[in-house]
Amino acid sequence: MIVAEAKPLEEILDSLKGMSKVLVAGCGGCVAVCLAGGEKEVGIMASALRMKRELAGEPLVTVEETLTRQCDPEYVKELGKKLDGVDCILSMACGVGVQFLAEHYPDMWVVPALNTKFAGATIEHGLWEERCGLCGECVLAQTGGVCPVIRCAKSLLNGPCGGSQNGKCEVKPNACAWQLIYDRMKSLGRLEQLVEVAEAKDWSKSRDGGPRQVVREDVKIDG
Amino acid sequence: MAEEKSKLQRLLEQGEFVVSGEIGPPKSAAGDGVRHHTEELKPYVDAMNLTDNQTAIVRLSSIAAGIHVMAAGGEPIIQMTCRDRNRIALQSDLLGAYSLGVRNVLCLSGDHQSFGNHQAAKNVFDLDSIQLIKTVRDMRDKKAFHSGEAIKKDEPRFFIGAVANPFADPFEFRVLRLEKKIRAGAQFIQTQCIFDMERFEKFMDLARNRGLHEQAYIMAGVMPIKNAKVAKYMQKNVSGMLVPDGIVERLQKAEDQTAEGVQICIEQIQQLKSIPGVRGVHIMAVAWEEIIPTIVKGAGLLPRPQ
Repeated sequence: MIVAEAKPLEEILDSLKGMSKVLVAGCGGCVAVCLAGGEKEVGIMASALRMKRELAGEPLVTVEETLTRQCDPEYVKELGKKLDGVDCILSMACGVGVQFLAEHYPDMWVVPALNTKFAGATIEHGLWEERCGLCGECVLAQTGGVCPVIRCAKSLLNGPCGGSQNGKCEVKPNACAWQLIYDRMKSLGRLEQLVEVAEAKDWSKSRDGGPRQVVREDVKIDG
Repeated sequence: MAEEKSKLQRLLEQGEFVVSGEIGPPKSAAGDGVRHHTEELKPYVDAMNLTDNQTAIVRLSSIAAGIHVMAAGGEPIIQMTCRDRNRIALQSDLLGAYSLGVRNVLCLSGDHQSFGNHQAAKNVFDLDSIQLIKTVRDMRDKKAFHSGEAIKKDEPRFFIGAVANPFADPFEFRVLRLEKKIRAGAQFIQTQCIFDMERFEKFMDLARNRGLHEQAYIMAGVMPIKNAKVAKYMQKNVSGMLVPDGIVERLQKAEDQTAEGVQICIEQIQQLKSIPGVRGVHIMAVAWEEIIPTIVKGAGLLPRPQ
């Protein structure tokens, strides 16, 4: 899932300066799962904003609405009914949701409440970790199911740098991705596979070529 | 362009036990310090590494520093890391360095930017060190850029170096990684500073078992330690460096810790010289370049061959 976390409240208040009625828009997708922008967090955010603005002598009216998903035009349309007198939408979705709202409501000012962090998963309650670098050309078959592109601080494709010690990366308290790769390949009897020199990556398949598209002619519905 | 073998390559091919040193370029736009160190060191070392923004701290570029070394009559080994440049900039700098007369290049990943003075920087790592080695080799042997496009004339013909760290983990993979570097085109290897002699000997055993000592010139890295405090700091804070307690204790007990540090380094060199497959030493006297002559002399490595 896409993992996100709330921006500091002060930053959000700053982006809502001068607004008197704000629609706080939640998302029932990934950000609800990672407890950042679902219905519950929308309620908490809206009341925190109202309280802060009340204290500042600039009361704020909030409207709360959580869509099934903000990254789907079908659900985004539903928000239209709630925009009466609204100056601004505060999106509690990931960056995709914020942009979808901005695209669908060209006359509306839309600001983000979250920082979108990464594609990852829940490790334990309250801890999420990145797992996929969205590089566009998966190397997991070469690396035993552990991604060096995103889990190695240097995205090394040919083994650990000199800073790997006792299983740890020198940069963070995280595990060294290459230690994990090594351990797995060894236990599966595939160490010799790691002696092959991995070719340089084609980064044009990653973010470097501008926004990427996936086109599937077979599932397109031509009107 | 005339074929011109580097002095380092020539001496290694002649079977000389080679000595290299290291000069850290300054955090300023002046080259006189590098030239001064070169003058001081050139009778004692066969070549000098110029580090590439080591520990991710902005310094005078390694290529520019190498030009200062040459101007002062020394032989440079340009370090080139993958942290700050993509494949376009790396190849461009290789062309530039060669055009200025540089013949030795040492390819490394590069220290992570979080250790340096620009922690908010974006790292590049478009290529990793092994892919960089292969790129330098292909430019020379295939006369082709990384993309495959032909270099129509005057291709750079570098003597290619790489590093190996026998003290990082996973230990067994360190030898395989060395093998990968050699397969990719590394001709000489400089190791991380060796303090744990037992582990290094084990590493060399494994390397010899795979015949690696015959496929590349392995130069053992050493570092003189000024005092017990420095040894303790390195023991605790530098990843990928193993400093045995015995060395810390020996320094602590010494009356003159600095002299003892030099003596330890000299003994290490003598020990390393006897390990089969070790073809030279690389002396990393970080911010203490002036001690190198004493060490080389003490280790009986004079006079240097020409």
